[in-house]
Amino acid sequence: MSVSADSIPAAPSSRWSLSRLAHDHNVLGVLFLLPAAAFLLVFLTYPLGLGVWLGFTDTRIGRSGIFVGLENYQLLWEDHIFWLSVFNTILYTTVASVLKFGLGLWLALLLNERLPFKAFFRAIVLLPWVVPTVLSAIAFWWIYDAQFSIISWALIKIGLIDSNINFLGDATNARASVIAANVWRGIPFVAISLLAGLQTIPPSLHEAATLDGATSWQRFRHITLPMLTPIIAVVMTFSVLFTFTDFQLIYVLTRGGPLNATHLMATLSFQRAIPGGQLGEGAAIAVAMIPFLLAAILFSYFGLQRRRWQQGGAD
Amino acid sequence: MASVEIRDVRKAFGATQVIHGVSIDIVDGEFVILVGPSGCGKSTLLRMVAGLENVTGGEIRIGERVVNDVPPKERDIAMVFQNYALYPHMTVADNMAFSLKLRNAPKSEIEARVKKAADILGLGHLLDRYPRQLSGGQRQRVAMGRAIVRDPQVFLFDEPLSNLDAKLRVQMRTEIKELHQRLKTTTVYVTHDQIEAMTMADKIVVMHDGIVEQMGAPLELYDRPANMFVAGFIGSPAMNFIKGSITANGKAVFRTEGGLELPLATAPAGADGRPAVYGIRPEHFVIDEANGIPAEVVVVEPTGSETQVFAKLGGQDIVGVFRERVTVGPGDTIPLTPNPALVHLFDAQTGQRL
Ligand SMILES: Nc1ncnc2c1ncn2[C@@H]1O[C@H](COP(=O)(O)OP(=O)(O)OP(=O)(O)O)[C@@H](O)[C@H]1O
Ligand SMILES: [Mg+2]
Repeated sequence: MSVSADSIPAAPSSRWSLSRLAHDHNVLGVLFLLPAAAFLLVFLTYPLGLGVWLGFTDTRIGRSGIFVGLENYQLLWEDHIFWLSVFNTILYTTVASVLKFGLGLWLALLLNERLPFKAFFRAIVLLPWVVPTVLSAIAFWWIYDAQFSIISWALIKIGLIDSNINFLGDATNARASVIAANVWRGIPFVAISLLAGLQTIPPSLHEAATLDGATSWQRFRHITLPMLTPIIAVVMTFSVLFTFTDFQLIYVLTRGGPLNATHLMATLSFQRAIPGGQLGEGAAIAVAMIPFLLAAILFSYFGLQRRRWQQGGAD
Repeated sequence: MASVEIRDVRKAFGATQVIHGVSIDIVDGEFVILVGPSGCGKSTLLRMVAGLENVTGGEIRIGERVVNDVPPKERDIAMVFQNYALYPHMTVADNMAFSLKLRNAPKSEIEARVKKAADILGLGHLLDRYPRQLSGGQRQRVAMGRAIVRDPQVFLFDEPLSNLDAKLRVQMRTEIKELHQRLKTTTVYVTHDQIEAMTMADKIVVMHDGIVEQMGAPLELYDRPANMFVAGFIGSPAMNFIKGSITANGKAVFRTEGGLELPLATAPAGADGRPAVYGIRPEHFVIDEANGIPAEVVVVEPTGSETQVFAKLGGQDIVGVFRERVTVGPGDTIPLTPNPALVHLFDAQTGQRL
């Protein structure tokens, strides 16, 4: 009488009954997965697939194209503006990410100290991130204006310079300016995430290290930094991805100019595809970003793997 | 190694004063235990000795040096934290070597010291593990190892055993005591477990609400508690307190509120008719069929080695502990006599010993 349900030879009719299906874990699992899978397929895979496909065609706006193989990519290979945009993107991403990391970590460490009006400062730090990008980009556009720049005005008043700075008209200045705007916008994300990470480090570790004779620099070097690395890896991956694909800031501030000096791959792709009408070529530029993004993700995947000290039970 | 002197030390967090003038002398090599109920300020006092908290008033000396304004790293003390505070990203060996590395000790010396500490604590086979891969008891030992390699002037322990299970706690208790006998380093140890205090200490400091209630050798506190707080805190199960008054005319007796007469060896001078509290430890009751006072048994708890009997004596709840087997059940009466030589009398108002 104590035979388990599985071993009862069921009659064919009951074996395939609906209620039996409903109790089969695999069937149920697939059923529950379907909506999410369909959603992924429609909203993530389809646009991506379409983009990749467009990259292999000579589609233009208003005219469906034909498959041209790697022609778009061959053109890009010989296109020095494309290579300039690749260089710009890498420069932009590298410099901005390094600055965001350095300044963000510094800010997080400051905010983690006991200081007056802590909640107020934390709220202030978030501001650049809360403001819509386009809005802050417009503000920067005004700040960088060739004639009415408040920075030029202030520096002239102080007497450091005697003519307006040409922020967005000169290649080097323009690059520095867009990077500065991006850093300003990206710091809150880095700072607040790292602050959250700092707060998970038990104070008793710092006390133990203090008693072990560590100076504050040594505590940072040997306690804070190693314990923060997992979070740094996540935060910086996201930061690099955001920066690499940045579009709004550049498009509002410089539209890629002067002389394409600030064209990123994202802005160039848009420029060629929509105003230029060459959808196929624009898509090919966008697809060319994928290897870089994959590299960043792989890097963080390996960086994020649980280190040996993180494995095992709770503390 | 060094002596530690705590002179009228006070501590306030903002407007709340939590330590109200504590003075403790700890001689070189002594094992002193701070014991008291939760929130009485034991950890705060210990952290002030370590330098992790500022001293609001008074003076702390380590050796001959006043350390009030000396930063923790220059005090040459090692502390074992309740949660161990092991560095999770360092192996056991690195955890122990950390302080020596910071001091730029030569590699050979670091290795030798870590090895010696690991041998003392039986950690030799765990040196390459990370803290997460250790059991609670092993982590506790690593925390002690980290303190030992430093060879400091003073060891500070803040409830180091409270995260361990009962059996391991007893074992570690013995180990820490052995360790102290071997190293003879001055030790200040905080616990709220009076058994730990009784078994390990050279000297116990009983704290309560930021003051020292009594200080002395374990058996001194057990035999002559200065007040009802210490009497009730030291000893397990706790001392029975019975309210009543002293009668000193003729033969000294204690008359309970319920009208029972309890024996006294002597009455304090001029105490006749004085309201007082009669303190008798559970283990100082004897079963006396001839002259015992009948008590009604409520619950019997045999532990094997002894039997605890919860009973009502003249309407008051008492506990008796007996080494011999007692065959009574709830509802029975048991004839009890307190050993008059081991009775403690306390003032009914102040709770001070009479
Ligand atoms: N940083 C702080 N700010 C304000 N009050 C504090 C602070 N630290 C401790 N206290 C207060 O000081 C008192 C003593 O705390 P302490 O931690 O020394 O108690 P304890 O005797 O160690 O207790 P336990 O046995 O629970 O560890 C408590 O009333 C506590 O609320
Ligand atoms: Mg405590």
